[in-house]
Amino acid sequence: MKNKTKAWLIALGVIGLALVAGWSLRNYNFAVLNPKGVIGFQERRLIYEALLLSLVVVIPVFSLTFFIAWKYRASNTKAKYSPDWDHSRIIESIWWGVPTILIVILSFMAWNSSHVLDPYKSLSSTTKPLTIQVIALQWKWLFIYPEQHIASVNFVQFPVNTPINFEITSDAPMNSFWIPQLGGQIYAMPGMTTQLHLMADQIGNYRGSSANISGQGFAGMVFTARASSLNDFTKWVGIAGRSSLKLTEQQYQTLLKPSSNNPTSLYSAPDAGLYDRVVLKYMLPASELSALPPASSTNTGVY
Amino acid sequence: MLLANLLGRLTLNDFPHNPITAGAGVGIVLGGLMVVGLLFYFKKWTWLWREWLTTVDPKKIGVMYLIVAILMLLRGVVDAGMLRLQQATSVGSSHGFIDANQFQQIFSAHGSIMIFFVAMGLMFAIINLILPLQIGSRDVAFPFMNATSFWLYCAGALLINMPLVIGEFSAAGWLAYPPLSETAYSPGVGVDYWIWSLQIAGIGSLLSGVNFLVTIFKLRAPGMTPMKMPLFVWSIIGAMVLVIFAFPILTITLALLALDRTLGMHFFTAGAGGNAMMYVNLIWAWGHPEVYILILPAFGIFSEIVSTFSSKRLFGYTSMVWAIIAITFLSFSVWLHHFFTMGAGPNVNAYFGVMTMIIAIPTGVKVFNWLFTMYRGRIRFSVPMMWFLGFVVTFTIGGVAGVLMAVPPADFQLHNSLFLVAHFHTMIIGGVVFGYFAGLTYWFPKVFGFKLNERLGKYAFWSWLVGFVLAFVPLYILGIMGATRRMDHYEASLGWQGLFIVAGVGVLIIMLGIGFLILQLLISIKDRKHHLETTGDPWGGRTLEWSTTSPAPFYNFAIIPQADQRDAYWASKHATKPSVKPHYQAFNMPKNTPFGMFIAGAALTFGFAAVWHILWLAIVALIGLIGLIIMRTTYDDSEYTVSVDDIERLEAQSKERFA
Amino acid sequence: MNEDVLSVESSVKSKQLELAADDKTIFGFWVYLMTDVVLFATLFATFAVLRNNSFGGPTGGQLFSLPYVLVETLILLTSSFTVGLAILAAHQQSKAQVLFWFGVTFLLGLAFLSMEVSEFRHLVIDGNSWRRSGFLSAYFTLVGTHGLHITVGLIWMAVSFGLIIKRGLGRAVIRRLTLLSLFWHFLDIIWIFIFTIVYLIGAAKG
Repeated sequence: MKNKTKAWLIALGVIGLALVAGWSLRNYNFAVLNPKGVIGFQERRLIYEALLLSLVVVIPVFSLTFFIAWKYRASNTKAKYSPDWDHSRIIESIWWGVPTILIVILSFMAWNSSHVLDPYKSLSSTTKPLTIQVIALQWKWLFIYPEQHIASVNFVQFPVNTPINFEITSDAPMNSFWIPQLGGQIYAMPGMTTQLHLMADQIGNYRGSSANISGQGFAGMVFTARASSLNDFTKWVGIAGRSSLKLTEQQYQTLLKPSSNNPTSLYSAPDAGLYDRVVLKYMLPASELSALPPASSTNTGVY
Repeated sequence: MLLANLLGRLTLNDFPHNPITAGAGVGIVLGGLMVVGLLFYFKKWTWLWREWLTTVDPKKIGVMYLIVAILMLLRGVVDAGMLRLQQATSVGSSHGFIDANQFQQIFSAHGSIMIFFVAMGLMFAIINLILPLQIGSRDVAFPFMNATSFWLYCAGALLINMPLVIGEFSAAGWLAYPPLSETAYSPGVGVDYWIWSLQIAGIGSLLSGVNFLVTIFKLRAPGMTPMKMPLFVWSIIGAMVLVIFAFPILTITLALLALDRTLGMHFFTAGAGGNAMMYVNLIWAWGHPEVYILILPAFGIFSEIVSTFSSKRLFGYTSMVWAIIAITFLSFSVWLHHFFTMGAGPNVNAYFGVMTMIIAIPTGVKVFNWLFTMYRGRIRFSVPMMWFLGFVVTFTIGGVAGVLMAVPPADFQLHNSLFLVAHFHTMIIGGVVFGYFAGLTYWFPKVFGFKLNERLGKYAFWSWLVGFVLAFVPLYILGIMGATRRMDHYEASLGWQGLFIVAGVGVLIIMLGIGFLILQLLISIKDRKHHLETTGDPWGGRTLEWSTTSPAPFYNFAIIPQADQRDAYWASKHATKPSVKPHYQAFNMPKNTPFGMFIAGAALTFGFAAVWHILWLAIVALIGLIGLIIMRTTYDDSEYTVSVDDIERLEAQSKERFA
Repeated sequence: MNEDVLSVESSVKSKQLELAADDKTIFGFWVYLMTDVVLFATLFATFAVLRNNSFGGPTGGQLFSLPYVLVETLILLTSSFTVGLAILAAHQQSKAQVLFWFGVTFLLGLAFLSMEVSEFRHLVIDGNSWRRSGFLSAYFTLVGTHGLHITVGLIWMAVSFGLIIKRGLGRAVIRRLTLLSLFWHFLDIIWIFIFTIVYLIGAAKG
């Protein structure tokens, strides 16, 4: 009897502790569960749905474990004991069958969502999408706005409710481009372009980072993604356009040098075709690279 | 110039300068010298040489695996502690006690050591200790090769710890993705240490895979047809098949990275026609099966334990066997789920997501079968059973996290975050480590002849469980908050510090758990007279390993047992048999040999030379290696006969001892 | 008389033990060959991925001379035949024949290896070494790994000469020779794949 009370007390204590811990976290930003964009929102729903479906198996497992362990403890001699009972077609079919059904449902979810939330898929919207080229460097992010003719380091701004087409590459080891409150990540790899389509539906500053180890300064590859009103965005583009720093090839070579914890900076007049050259220099030998026309506007990614 | 030729790229500057590494290095060297000194002082060299270093007895090799794996566990967990200490203190304007590069070296070492030298070591320890006994065999198929495997593992362990004394370790993570791990971004010796230590240990594992598979196929006791084999044996078949198919991929992948780095090839370089994505595919084509190589034996162990401690036949044996076979096959078709975020396109991602989920079915079936083995049983909550219950809870939670990440778009948000780190630690600690600890506690009396202290075992279990929850639940939460893995520093405004501190406390409690395990071992050795295991069958066992004495004689069984049904020993205990005078027959046993150690020594020398680009030494080591292998393989007189008289004498002695 | 029975019994016993040892070793060797299959399969896969990554350097079609490789192939195929003859002779306990056919095999193997080394040497001299491109890295590694296996086979053969001469054709020696011939046939099969995938397709694709 005394043991039982003790067990209950411990259980209550654990639950209490968990509640207190949970309560103390109430003001934190659970970025993945606190989306500010369409993609992030759908990805959160997917996480919740998969979690709920899993619980169909988890709850029986937990309850059965504790129930069986308690009921058939050796000291409980009243419980039935059938040492040779080792097979039941019906029972076994249940646990091959029920999880199979669940997995079929989850598989449909996985299949559909993989297509619906394909990061390469353009988002449908009445607003004209904005293209931003992203280059992961050692150890900072360079954002190029080919249409606005500006560029920035460790800071990216775009209007709210506008589809953003990120074209991502790396002139450094592999990185992963991730703004959790807007949506999932994708790798940034040298010699190829990956794409990510995101759209913010609330104004705000969202933290972005590199999610894949890329060397010494990796932890400092943090940037702010600012979703603003169209007006503010236009203003910002104006400021950047007047920046005395011009993103020439020479300036780019300076940026290419490894450096950590870079402050944000703005550039005007990025060299046209810079992004494509960065991708191509890993795909073609130097001789063929120099033979290319200087500014190709076509996108030459692998994927 | 001459010196450069003699020492490759090794210079005085390569000896550590910072206090932490230097301290660890000096400590290791002093510790090693002390052990050597003590051995001289007590004149134990001959004993060590004869009984251990040259042994080909799998039971002794198993013990040696165990010792090395535990030492490596201590190294790995100290690394873990340093990682958490850094993350708990390196916030905002404070930058912790180590710099980014050291931090990255530590987590790379932590991961590599824990998987290759702790988990693999413990696994091969248990297989060596138990598998031959359980199939009613006197030995493994190739005893000398088995010793060689162990020594190669040892050589790898030495090499991976060498950066503490000379040079530096890789800072590219435990799987060293290129192009970061290429010379363009990691010009030092770190990645080479990583490559060669894993390569050497990996070849040992590959040899073991062949060895144990042949052992099971060819050396089973008469009557033990496939569907009568204990589940542990089935799980080892699954694991060894995976070793045989997966480890050659690792061998090649490491070799190609080494070729890139040392000969200037372009397999995975950025540019010049290299393809880094190919590396990621190859390393996970090994890496995912590797996870199942580790977990399948744990499944096998639990099958034995649940059945024994419930005093009941294992429920759904046939299902269990098919589940193992299914997992074995499926584990080769899911590797891409480790990089859904590489942009392979929705069809590819969806396919691998679905395959990943399908693996959850046989795994779930196993859990239910264990639960129904307990159902209508008589459950004794000894320490192994507690590890099992801890496993069910943690493994199920980890499984749910796994299912979430198997949905590709959900994975986009969880991948590379601390959520992922928490997930795989849940699987590896809750599944593999708990499983192996359960197995070690369960089979300890069989190996050493006395039981482990129960009370301290329970303390260790609870410390591990509580420590585990505290160490990893915060990581799940942090991952959801957007914290990526492998950060040596983060902004104070995020408010993550508290959770990192809790996680650090969790690691401390896990360390306490390890402390209890060591204390348990010491106290049990001290009190062994009180816990002597004289029956050979301390738990009411069911399989053949319990039918011989504890510890088993070097030949395991005087008469090879007959296994006409599942749980053969259980059946024989419950059958009334007329006692007849045993009819012994002479048999051959392998002779001890130091060649395994020599071969591994040559491999270690070669690895060291390759790391430091010391050409002459590499050539000498290679020639030595070839010479040693030729000498050994042309040697015919490797066995001796144990005569009937010997057996009678030894059996009489053991009867006396256990009377 | 009793002793006679014992010795008969023990000879039967030792015969059984040897049979078991043969069985286990040969099965083990097959499993090892399986791992080697995976190893080569991985190399073939990397070659397939990097085949077109010549990065401005020469492609397979520009480099390979099919007649030359065909001669290499014929030499290796013949050596596979002669190693078979050697094993047949071994089972007939004809030491001289075994030595002769292994001698022929060894020379053929050596000829193959020298041709390969010479091919490699020319490539390197012409500036087309493994440093040139991903394609050449994959080519040198795949073909070179096969060549390395051939080298191991040749060393093994050389050691076997010594064993045959010193110990005759006992069971243990024949077992080793059987493994060696398995290994040699295996390398032949791998070469057929290399010939097809690297050279024939490479040359055809230009």
